[in-house]
Amino acid sequence: MALWIMAGITFREAARKKILWTALIAGFGFLVVFGLGLHYQLDDFSRGDMSAFLRYQILSAMLMVGLYTVDLLAVVMTILTSVDTISGEIASGTIQAIATKPMARWEVVVGKWLGFTGMLAVYVAMMFGGTLGVGYWIGGVTAQHPVRGGFLVFLECILALTVTFMFGTWFSTLTNGVIVLGLHGLAFLGGWLEQMSGFAEGSRLVLLGVLSSLVMPSEAIWRRAAFEMESPLAGSLQFSPFADISVPSYTMIGYAVVYLVIALSIAIYHFHQRDL
Amino acid sequence: MNTEAGQGAALEPPERFALQTQNLRKVFGSKVAVRGLSLCVRRGEIFGFLGPNGAGKSTSIKMLLGLVKPTAGEATVLGAPLGDVHVRRKIGFLPEDFRFYDWLTGAELLALHGRLAGVPASKLCERVPALLELVGLTPHRDKRLQNYSKGMHQRIGLAQALIHEPELIFLDEPTSGLDPMGRRLVRDILRAQRDRGATVFLNSHLLSEIEITCDQVVFIRDGEVVTSRDLRRQQEEEIRVVVRGRKLNQEHVAGLAPWTTSAQLQDEQLTLTTRSHDSLPSILRLLVEKGAEVYQFTPQRLSLEELFVQIMGEDRGL
Repeated sequence: MALWIMAGITFREAARKKILWTALIAGFGFLVVFGLGLHYQLDDFSRGDMSAFLRYQILSAMLMVGLYTVDLLAVVMTILTSVDTISGEIASGTIQAIATKPMARWEVVVGKWLGFTGMLAVYVAMMFGGTLGVGYWIGGVTAQHPVRGGFLVFLECILALTVTFMFGTWFSTLTNGVIVLGLHGLAFLGGWLEQMSGFAEGSRLVLLGVLSSLVMPSEAIWRRAAFEMESPLAGSLQFSPFADISVPSYTMIGYAVVYLVIALSIAIYHFHQRDL
Repeated sequence: MNTEAGQGAALEPPERFALQTQNLRKVFGSKVAVRGLSLCVRRGEIFGFLGPNGAGKSTSIKMLLGLVKPTAGEATVLGAPLGDVHVRRKIGFLPEDFRFYDWLTGAELLALHGRLAGVPASKLCERVPALLELVGLTPHRDKRLQNYSKGMHQRIGLAQALIHEPELIFLDEPTSGLDPMGRRLVRDILRAQRDRGATVFLNSHLLSEIEITCDQVVFIRDGEVVTSRDLRRQQEEEIRVVVRGRKLNQEHVAGLAPWTTSAQLQDEQLTLTTRSHDSLPSILRLLVEKGAEVYQFTPQRLSLEELFVQIMGEDRGL
């Protein structure tokens, strides 16, 4: 019961503080720009004599760029909105009036986590669905497996959320933000190094990329999502920056899920143990 | 360290106590915050917890509430061991410098705390308006906490501590930021809570407030109980009176016997002890009627503040 009260209050906080609405309005702005971009691209196509096949591939690549932007926005929003929720409440003492209520400490952590997860589900569904809708409505293009891709992006956000929660039980808000954004940056760099390795056939780059993904598997999840959404032809012809040169396996996705569960368990354990 | 409360506790059944601690200790790294707290709080009393800054009061309260884990020692709260989740249903807490989600309105805050404390929704419909009225915030019920003043924060914080009608209420500096009317309101509320059978554990720097509100006080220093006082019995304790005047003599001393327990005359100063404030007018009247020219008549009972300074010593510049 208390678990769901905490989840509800976390969700309400996002709505009341206008975090969710601001993110959605910014997202709407992104969709408008994305739609205009597709529209102008089509307009340019109509003046040339490009083949329908090539047009479709370019528009598909644009859709992938749009989805990648959604992914990036979602992860950054996840970190920014949740970075203060545990560490900030510990620092301000707000948590004291909560943690002395008849509820276990794990319910505080999991309740907040569920609240954010619900908020992210709404955000990812709207942004992802919006981008796919705009792509189909204006450009006539769609993703290969949009549901799988959407779930993977959602998983990536939950992973970032959980890692933020975990470090939030240890460090101050600022330190927590620096650590989690730094980890995501490392994953981002590792993912691209691995991608580059496909062109240079460099096994050391692959190793570096894999190691980065093991430290923080968020970018690996996106690359799997991109692989799932991009058409096999576009991927193999390398029409987009997300071509399937180095695709993370399902084992890596499984690793990310285990990573998430362990991070949440550590967050719960440490929050339970620590003094408030 | 044993205290009067602690010694008395050994003779009484444990169910009479809302709270008992035995050598409770907390160490942060190399710093000893609470050295060994041993105290007993009887049910249904207002208990004052006094000590200078850095004495370990807030850490002690946090340990009793399960917010901070003790390094050593034992304690029971309402008969349950420290950290018991279920017993918290019967505990209310107003933290020092109360902070909460400031995007909530006063009414929403109370409803949320009530729900977290397990109060049924049907009962909350009555409790929320009643408590807002009790703390004088009914006109501000729909105002967000970010627009509340410091005093209003304290009032709503007190209301959230009482929303579930707890048996034991911990209040850490409840009158901080309150004006005299607010302080008086808090006093009245605390007495009302005691009258309904609740126990109040009060930490405050306002010793005058403690003196007129509490039944029992303990003084702690360096995380240990130094001494305790039963303020109800203090009213019955002897009062020392210093009388200065001319023409004082042994006849006066003999005449005062019905009211005094001791009397000593030296030159122009008569020092006597009596058991009741009510005797003071009679003593003075007798002295004047018997011809003494009294120019000083000073009853002396140490105020809590004087007692505090006497026990704790002068400010050590903490």
